[in-house]
Amino acid sequence: MIIAIASGKGGTGKTTVAVNLALAWGAPVWLLDCDVEEPNAHLFLRADSAQQEIITVPVPQVDMARCDACGECSRFCVYHAIVAPGTKPLVFRELCHSCGGCARVCPRGAITEVARRIGVIETSEVEGVTLVGGHLDVGVAMSPPLIRAVKARIPHDGVALLDAPPGTSCPVITAIRGADAVVLVTEPTPFGLHDLTLAVQMVGALGLPMGVVVNRVGIGDNRVHAFCAAHHIPVLQEIPDDRRIAEAYSQGIPIVEALPEYRALFRQLAESVTALCAARRFVTQGDGHEHRGGGETELRPLNPATGASTTEGANANVRV
Amino acid sequence: MKLAITTSGETVDAALDSRFGRAPKFLIYDVESGAFTLLDNAQNLQAAQGAGVQAAEHVARAGVDAVITGHCGPKAFRVLSAVGIKVYTTDLPTVAAALAAFKAGSLSQAEGADVEGHW
Ligand code: SF4
Ligand code: SF4
Repeated sequence: MIIAIASGKGGTGKTTVAVNLALAWGAPVWLLDCDVEEPNAHLFLRADSAQQEIITVPVPQVDMARCDACGECSRFCVYHAIVAPGTKPLVFRELCHSCGGCARVCPRGAITEVARRIGVIETSEVEGVTLVGGHLDVGVAMSPPLIRAVKARIPHDGVALLDAPPGTSCPVITAIRGADAVVLVTEPTPFGLHDLTLAVQMVGALGLPMGVVVNRVGIGDNRVHAFCAAHHIPVLQEIPDDRRIAEAYSQGIPIVEALPEYRALFRQLAESVTALCAARRFVTQGDGHEHRGGGETELRPLNPATGASTTEGANANVRV
Repeated sequence: MKLAITTSGETVDAALDSRFGRAPKFLIYDVESGAFTLLDNAQNLQAAQGAGVQAAEHVARAGVDAVITGHCGPKAFRVLSAVGIKVYTTDLPTVAAALAAFKAGSLSQAEGADVEGHW
């Protein structure tokens, strides 16, 4: 079971929800920090030691002695990562998408692939939570390969919670694709609603069931709730606007540890989320496809016309 | 000698566009004859990444000896210097003003990229 926790923008409490949900899960669980540009789950789940793994991607290297400046590689590369403007090529490793095409088309066999480091993956264990965090190197602009590497650590059985990057662009889609359900964290404000709307469209386009966690209930208005009701998206949980939560956060202490009375709230969320995933299984049953696997399985929208009806199907089985 | 000047217009009186990779057009100007042609860069305006590199390839194929623009990023600069194209940066408002300054020898040649690449 893979559950992605996402939000249309940063700072809504996405990581807080992911970390506390993991700690309150009640069974061994994996927490994957896919916010590789700004990972922070490890700030709340502090382990004494972490296992480190360097992640690389293949990029071309040109043997200038063999190259005759024919320009084939340059014409092939749509990303302009290898450029031969009438000369022998220049390689822009930071633009390379590691497709391997230039090496194949080079008639002189002048291109070999070499490893370029893009970041590290740290794995640690804290209180039944196996935390796998991707940390993108400074200056590396492309995060999807590292996110895919983090997701490749998802065990075949068991539960994985996935802390997605904020926003609605490429890295987020890389992170949430293949999940069984998506939890969208938002705040009950006009800004929160705006970003939630974009996130709902994105998840709907991917055809994944989703639910909403409203954080800091008490500030703002009820428009987020009205939106969810109108779009048949279950509000899975509400977290009150509690000053003590902000204090615990600023000290890097998970809510369920600083304020044990909130443990039940996250337990409940765990149950709602499990029900949402079960609903998905129910909905997808019979299409003969295994949707799980290496964490990067392509998902076809259940109803390509309206992602929403997928959620409706899911909602039928969710009571909150 | 041929120059490529970044512009949003179609004549020498048009505004000089300060961006290199994302300039709408290049005015390719022949210093000896005073004749010019236009090179469209529109497809590049939409490029998420690599616009500078692509623009540099473009002007290199056009066979220019120098580029006059507002700012030039690191990747574009690398491509341009690899093929021996000089880069002059200026904040003069029009193509004509930049050309006059070039002819008077008052434009300074960029030693390296003066802006970060766009992501
Ligand atoms: S591997 Fe693909 S993306 Fe990278 S330089 Fe070669 S052709 Fe371009
Ligand atoms: S395809 Fe090979 S030989 Fe041709 S320019 Fe590229 S590296 Fe050189």
